[in-house]
Amino acid sequence: MASIELRNIRKSFGAVNVIKGVDLEVRKGEFMVFVGPSGCGKSTLLRLISGLEDITSGEMLFDGKVVNALTPSKRGIAMVFQSYALYPHMTVYENMAFGLKLEKGHSKEAIRERVEKAADMLQIRQYLDRLPKQLSGGQRQRVAIGRAITRDPKVFLFDEPLSNLDAALRVQTRIEIAKLHEGMHDVTMIYVTHDQVEAMTLADRICVLRDGLVEQVGTPMELYEKPDSIFVAGFIGSPKMNFLTGEKAEAFKCTTLGVRGEHMLVKPDGIWEGEVIHTENLGADTYVYLEMGQEEPIVVRLEGAMQHPSGSKLRVSPMEDRVHRFDEAGKPIR
Amino acid sequence: MGATFDYWKLTKTVLFYALVLVIVVVSVFPFYYAILTSLKSGTDLFRVTYWPTSISFENFRQVFSQGAFPRNLLNSVFVASVTVILALFLAVTASFALSRVRFRGRSLLLMTILAVSMFPQIAVLAGLFEVIRFLGIYNTPWALIFAYTIFTLPFTVWVLTTFMRDLPVEIEEAAIVDGATPWVIITQVFMPLMWPALVTTGLLAFIAAWNEFLFALTFTVSNDTRTVPVAIALLSGGSQYEIPWGIIMAASVVVTVPLVALVLVFQRKIVSGLTAGGVKG
Repeated sequence: MASIELRNIRKSFGAVNVIKGVDLEVRKGEFMVFVGPSGCGKSTLLRLISGLEDITSGEMLFDGKVVNALTPSKRGIAMVFQSYALYPHMTVYENMAFGLKLEKGHSKEAIRERVEKAADMLQIRQYLDRLPKQLSGGQRQRVAIGRAITRDPKVFLFDEPLSNLDAALRVQTRIEIAKLHEGMHDVTMIYVTHDQVEAMTLADRICVLRDGLVEQVGTPMELYEKPDSIFVAGFIGSPKMNFLTGEKAEAFKCTTLGVRGEHMLVKPDGIWEGEVIHTENLGADTYVYLEMGQEEPIVVRLEGAMQHPSGSKLRVSPMEDRVHRFDEAGKPIR
Repeated sequence: MGATFDYWKLTKTVLFYALVLVIVVVSVFPFYYAILTSLKSGTDLFRVTYWPTSISFENFRQVFSQGAFPRNLLNSVFVASVTVILALFLAVTASFALSRVRFRGRSLLLMTILAVSMFPQIAVLAGLFEVIRFLGIYNTPWALIFAYTIFTLPFTVWVLTTFMRDLPVEIEEAAIVDGATPWVIITQVFMPLMWPALVTTGLLAFIAAWNEFLFALTFTVSNDTRTVPVAIALLSGGSQYEIPWGIIMAASVVVTVPLVALVLVFQRKIVSGLTAGGVKG
């Protein structure tokens, strides 16, 4: 229910500048994902929005009102932590009701109703009387999400909520979070992750951060198709985009040529030749690593299970309309 | 080969339990002998025996009928309990600040607190006496509560600060997001998680206050305000030349029993793993 605006936000811890002037607008009801390598300041930025950290300079606006000095609860946010952060001595019900009890002015029945509604949404109703230690990791994270929902926040913040879960559970919880967002249209959500698959699948828009600055903001497809820099191009997409320099790039009139593995075709008259050094067979896809005299081996993503023995030669060509050309500064040439 | 190995293992086990036995005997014997003596009467007292020969509760009856002893016992309970409550309250709030609030000179302050406990009692006795006279609480239980709290706090604050520092920060942050004030965080979130530390420090503070002698002797003068350690020391017999060993021992046993009971009761509360499940380990 709130739009968030960051105006030249800076944060330093002592002499260390972590956030170096971020301007960003998060629209009402949007699912925004902050993504970036570790140490880029994405978690700090989230904590600044939450109010858990003080802003060093700049302005933070919720619905056009400056909230720099407001405490987290006054901002109307709820947060889900990476480590769940449940109250260990309280039952699931008490955990979820704690915030409402502190708010005052809610009758016992009203609190119960809201907790049970949230518990039903997350299918944790049967666990309401248990203590956190009696739950599995996935259940605990759902309780943490439930605790956030119960408070009916305007802004929902997630700090790497899935990184403590195992792979299968991560996918399942990811889908649940996506459904949650569909069911809560008017709630603005901000989600921090270092996992670009989570970012691509969940986000309405992604904000790529690098070294305390915003590198690019856009929909997942915009970032995938029109990255604003080599950094974004390399960060979004799996397997990582291939970068070619030297003669091969010059042939395309650029300093660095970016080609995604899925945009390469194996054909007898391919313009590049490489030696197969490794093959990863994922069932639906096969990643073939080719040595082409570049800094890193070139990855080619082929559909289906392919057999290319190591040491054999392979000729490939990029799809002409899917290459990304970058100049010396790492900016795209369009 | 196998046989020698077994002998060695057996020897080790025997030696281990022999050592345990020695330690237990050495530490328990004085108390055992006190119980034994308290149950004797008359000239039996001066015959050295290690097993009870005759059992008489005459000494216990005398302790409770004699003068101000029951009153002294109540004084001790009052002084020790109030000291514990006061010390824990101050220590919990102080350790929250010392472990969770960033401010200049925090570690210097912690060191200063520790330094307070380095002075021997006798060194501060005169100064403390003046302070107590100035406050007008001389010869009241409050004088003792005041002095004991001062001497208990450094230890209590240090233990609780260390313990609180180890509580996950995320739990506190979750509470802040839920709209909790520092007071709510301390009382409703941290205190329940800190029971083991609170019980341990509280118990130690209680024992220290209960057994303290020097301050109790100095800051109280009348029979009505004394605590039991002083009262026992001042127990006198029928004449100047008679030391009532039986009664002294009976009083000592009476004074020790509450401590043993307290430890046994609270031992069950000292359970580890209270924070289990709150955050990912």
